[in-house]
Amino acid sequence: MLSIKNLHVSVGDKPILKGINLEIKPGEIHAIMGPNGSGKSTLSHILSGKSGYTVTEGSATYQGKDLLEMPPEIRAREGVFLAFQYPVEIPGVSNVYLLKAALNSIRKHQGQSEVDAMDFLTLVKGKVRLLEMDEKFLYRAVNEGFSGGEKKRNEILQMAILEPKLCILDETDSGLDIDALKIVSEGVNSLRSPDRSFVMVTHYQRLLDYIKPDFVHVLANGQIVKSGGAELALELEEKGYSWLEDAEASA
Amino acid sequence: MSASTQEINNLINQEYKQGFVTELETNTFLPGLDESVIHKLSKIKNEPEFMLEYRLKAFRHWQTMKSPEWAFVKFDPIDYQSISYYSAPKRKEDGPKSLDEIDPQILEAYKKLGIPLDEQERLAGVAVDAVFDSVSVATTFKGKLKDAGVIFCPISEALRDHPELIKEYLGSVVPITDNYFAALNAAVFTDGSFVYIPKGVRCPMELSTYFRINAANTGQFERTLIIADEGSHVSYLEGCTAPMRDENQLHAAVVELVAMKDAVIKYSTVQNWYPGDKNGLGGIYNFVTKRADCRGANSKVSWTQVETGSAITWKYPSCVLTGDNSVGEFYSVALTNNYQQADTGTKMIHIGKNTRSTIVSKGISAGKAQNTYRGLVKVLKSAENARNYTQCDSLLVGDQCGAHTFPYIEVKQPSAQVEHEATTSKISEDQLFFCQQRGLSAEDAVSMIVNGFCKEVFKELPMEFAVEAQALLGLSLEGSVG
Repeated sequence: MLSIKNLHVSVGDKPILKGINLEIKPGEIHAIMGPNGSGKSTLSHILSGKSGYTVTEGSATYQGKDLLEMPPEIRAREGVFLAFQYPVEIPGVSNVYLLKAALNSIRKHQGQSEVDAMDFLTLVKGKVRLLEMDEKFLYRAVNEGFSGGEKKRNEILQMAILEPKLCILDETDSGLDIDALKIVSEGVNSLRSPDRSFVMVTHYQRLLDYIKPDFVHVLANGQIVKSGGAELALELEEKGYSWLEDAEASA
Repeated sequence: MSASTQEINNLINQEYKQGFVTELETNTFLPGLDESVIHKLSKIKNEPEFMLEYRLKAFRHWQTMKSPEWAFVKFDPIDYQSISYYSAPKRKEDGPKSLDEIDPQILEAYKKLGIPLDEQERLAGVAVDAVFDSVSVATTFKGKLKDAGVIFCPISEALRDHPELIKEYLGSVVPITDNYFAALNAAVFTDGSFVYIPKGVRCPMELSTYFRINAANTGQFERTLIIADEGSHVSYLEGCTAPMRDENQLHAAVVELVAMKDAVIKYSTVQNWYPGDKNGLGGIYNFVTKRADCRGANSKVSWTQVETGSAITWKYPSCVLTGDNSVGEFYSVALTNNYQQADTGTKMIHIGKNTRSTIVSKGISAGKAQNTYRGLVKVLKSAENARNYTQCDSLLVGDQCGAHTFPYIEVKQPSAQVEHEATTSKISEDQLFFCQQRGLSAEDAVSMIVNGFCKEVFKELPMEFAVEAQALLGLSLEGSVG
């Protein structure tokens, strides 16, 4: 699905990622953990195509194609989805309008016919029920006046409708209370499938209580300093990040 | 190059779609303006004597006036002697009696513009008056409207057939001395629409006028007069396009609306005159005076405008709220791209008691364009309990354009309530990236965000126009990102 090799990324002259290696196979869930400033958000941004970053070395191959060459909308149409840490508001544009435009641009790219309004509503309403959201959500402007939890749920709704192949969740648990966290996690779990992969970027272990990862990677100072199974997250919860950073510094 | 980049480039290079020229034999005056031209004009239109007097009086007054310089627009002085004041497609002596007699080339031109004049192909329920350069070439559904008692005809025809209405109402809202361009218009106006809705009649269909400038080196001087008698109701739409030329052309219009007691007039404009090329060459100067008099108690006038065309727009559709409890509304979207300039807004003059007005203005600037909102809310001593609400929002696309707001508020009545809200925002990179990450191209994303910004105004437009306006906005923004 995704193969990242020796990836170096800078913002301006400042190196942020310093040689990331990561292999993600279809159906796998990878958690990227790490302290603030370790480069977690940079990684999700560079994979989804946000501007302002320079790749100085290395590569990222997605389904056999050079991911970093593609403009962001092509990545999206090819099935890369970023659930934003801070979803933006778009006043006056209804959720349902954005969703339909997005879905049709993706379908068109994949050589499928556009969905008509009726089929689309049926599809969307099903997903809305799945995520225990109010249908009124659909007709409100994108994220405008939404609470933190509503915004995050809205991201998962978009994911459920667009059915991406590679889902990147950037600090999806931040700002969520425990009930919202449960609903969001259930939404993500319901989307797990053998041909869909997830990259979950998170600071805290608690999200992993609800979405069980196959692999956990610890990012510190722009490098993956330790990789392991789900149990690594529990170890981090107990010991914090400093022992890994110290270990790296002394290595 | 990836597919989407290719797509964007194709879109950016798309030309102004209405920019074609129709080759026709015309009857066109030589350029120049003096009293003899006005005599000739009045004669060719077979006008009653009082109209010639009216025109000459206006012309003499205009000669004493100076071109206004207070608007936030820049242009070289206009040489009024280099403009031709009349151009009409040649036709048989009496003019066409039915659509079959209209030059097929003209019918074809309107078809290309998406306005089939053939009633069989019409948009159901919309009557069209088609003004081509200086003359009205066709008015559809006249018969059906006549049955309802509605008069809908070219104003040049009304001058001959309904002189009593013209005498009473023409210039009663915008006097010949009102301003420089209004005085010029009064002297040399050629055609436009005339509407009279009798007492208690609800006009059975939408009325519309489609203005087309075709001939080169001409000015178009449109004059429209709509009278809604007591308790009547009418919705009127206008659309405008012109060919692409390197020279600037002048469109100086005057529109007067009169609403009597309990009457309602809804007036919608989708203005898409040629805006000039991306370097600012050519385009229409759209210098327009539009004003409504809510003369009777409980009357209501609602202006909705979507202004995407013209090199320069100078236009303030206004309401004089004379009648007690009368209501004035102004909903506006003005979009400027490349080197376009717009100075537009409204005036709400509260005279009667309990008069109310609402102003919602959305200005969008892209490229190197300048967009100005200028609005006056005036509450006279007599206007007890008058209320106004103004909302004025500006959206910037890119970092080389400008948005400006000049609100004027004059209140002489202590019981009045006047509210003004204004915002300026920019399409953020985060919004763009978010939309792109959902699969939309940058162009589509901008168009979607802008449409969202304009939603409050678009919902005031009649259905068919709302769709057209959205599409137009998308086209006008092409090339504004990336």
